[in-house]
Amino acid sequence: MPFEVFLNQTASGLLTGLVYGLSALGLSVIFGVVRIVNFAHGEMMVVAMYIALLLFQWLGLEPLLAVVPVAAILFLVGYGLQAGIINRLIDVPDTMQFLLLAAVGIVLTAGCMVIFGPDARNVTLPYSYDSVEVGALLIDKPRLLAGAAALIISALLFLFFRFTRTGKQIRACADNIAGARVVGLNVKRLYAISFGIGSMCIGAAGSIILMLVDVHPYLAGQYTLLAFVIVIVGGMGSHAGALLGGVLIGVSEALAGLLLQPSLKTVFSYAILILVLLFRPQGLLGRRA
Amino acid sequence: MNRLLATASPRALAALAGLFVVLLVAPAFLSGYLIAVMIVILSLAYVGQAWNIMLGFAGQLSIGHALYFGLGAYIAAAGYVKFGLSPWIGLIGGVVAAAIAGAFIGALGFRFRIGGVYFALLTIAFAECTRILFDHIAWLGGSAGLFLPVASRDTNDLWTLRGAPVMFYYVWLVLTAGLFVLCRALLASRLGFYWLAIREDEEAARAVGIDSFRYKMFAVMLSAALTSVAGVIHAFYFNNLFPETTFSVGRSIELLLGPIIGGVGTLFGPILGAFVLTSLSESMTVLAEHIQLGSKAVDGIKQVFYGLIVILIVLFQRRGLWPWLSRLLGFGR
Repeated sequence: MPFEVFLNQTASGLLTGLVYGLSALGLSVIFGVVRIVNFAHGEMMVVAMYIALLLFQWLGLEPLLAVVPVAAILFLVGYGLQAGIINRLIDVPDTMQFLLLAAVGIVLTAGCMVIFGPDARNVTLPYSYDSVEVGALLIDKPRLLAGAAALIISALLFLFFRFTRTGKQIRACADNIAGARVVGLNVKRLYAISFGIGSMCIGAAGSIILMLVDVHPYLAGQYTLLAFVIVIVGGMGSHAGALLGGVLIGVSEALAGLLLQPSLKTVFSYAILILVLLFRPQGLLGRRA
Repeated sequence: MNRLLATASPRALAALAGLFVVLLVAPAFLSGYLIAVMIVILSLAYVGQAWNIMLGFAGQLSIGHALYFGLGAYIAAAGYVKFGLSPWIGLIGGVVAAAIAGAFIGALGFRFRIGGVYFALLTIAFAECTRILFDHIAWLGGSAGLFLPVASRDTNDLWTLRGAPVMFYYVWLVLTAGLFVLCRALLASRLGFYWLAIREDEEAARAVGIDSFRYKMFAVMLSAALTSVAGVIHAFYFNNLFPETTFSVGRSIELLLGPIIGGVGTLFGPILGAFVLTSLSESMTVLAEHIQLGSKAVDGIKQVFYGLIVILIVLFQRRGLWPWLSRLLGFGR
């Protein structure tokens, strides 16, 4: 096999992986702060993809530009979900929270099914089939834009958590909830904002990934599992870890598709997951609990 | 036996005996449709009970029970289709395979101190890997599925599990009742107390000398083995197996919804949960057909309501339905 093919495939896996990473960042932020595993992750992502699709069909808005409205809508959804429902369930057993979010997921998938039906739909852009030469590499233009957008949004998020007041307050909640309460932070409000920001990442990732894949209601389960794998590999709650995990899984999927059968690509991801769980359970960039 | 009965209120025992008698004679009065529904309820009650041993008793969350279910189903079906073996012989193979798989996952998880959510995701990972693996085993039909020859449903042959739905109804009834009694006995035993101690506070349990690794392993292996039995009966009732459905995360979630809704750790929770969820789902179907929507929309709308009702139950009955119902009926705890 020519070396360029291998290199191209790696690059394209890396770019897709950045989008996966942005999506997983959403899961990681929510888990890191609210301590809830969002079992409706993939379902929310599919909803975001459908919203981006509608914006494209109705207003001609490209997915790359739809990122802003879709992320805003998902922020409101996440904020509402936490403020309206999950904040009441903070002290119930984990299994009940799991069940609640799984049920939210069931409702979302079924809702998409009723509204859009089971067929796969996609967005065709003028540059959908263009490629760009970068040095020796030949990369699809949509994929390059998608990866770049995901990277920029993730960078903005890092800046938000590092430098803004709310960002610091959220990190305080994640670090030490009792301490955050003692210094007078409104924890429930910060939880809602965090769930909103996590959902915002999902929204942005959903809108971006619509450039690369066709959307149908049953993508949801696959995206939930993918985000779980990435976040555990990278380290639950670690923002950089989510991106690193995303890239790692993106590249491994791309190479598995090249070297073995594409249908075996997820086995690769799970193999990485199992190895990480065994030898570095806190994740590559995670801190020991 | 005395210890088994001692802690139950007479009222609860009478109700339980009454329920069993009703279930025993029920097929004589039920239509074919209702027998099919009852089979779903009993089978979900059985797997829910088996799953509950892990989370409800020993405190370990598994979202990968489809793995054990699928192993039982595939091994027994393959034994019958390829070698003409009775499902009861295949069942032994399935039980052993599932127990080994459970032991493997448990040993990895517990040895490396992977707990809670992480352990749950480990179970999903293994179930998903197995699903993809079976998709690629051509000998067992791969993703195109494995089919059992459909025999006439006029005669009931228990040895080869070929027969009418009523036969399966009684097989499930015996299994569900048997597992109920077994779980009751386990909870009253030394092992049961060890499990509860581990569930409530593992560090404390270890401090008083309970070998938590060993007893958690018992729980996983027992739960896996019991779940694989359900897979066998399922395979011979439906006569077809696809990796996509048999090993899916959806199945894992389906089988744990009941016990969580009913009440984790309670003996009657899985049975109540299976009953509530199945009747809910069936009545939604009937209702949706009644208002005559398109067939695609029916399924979607049914799922939406189903999900909404589960959300309501979580919001208003956080410990599940059984603790509440039990108090209402005056059964005590």
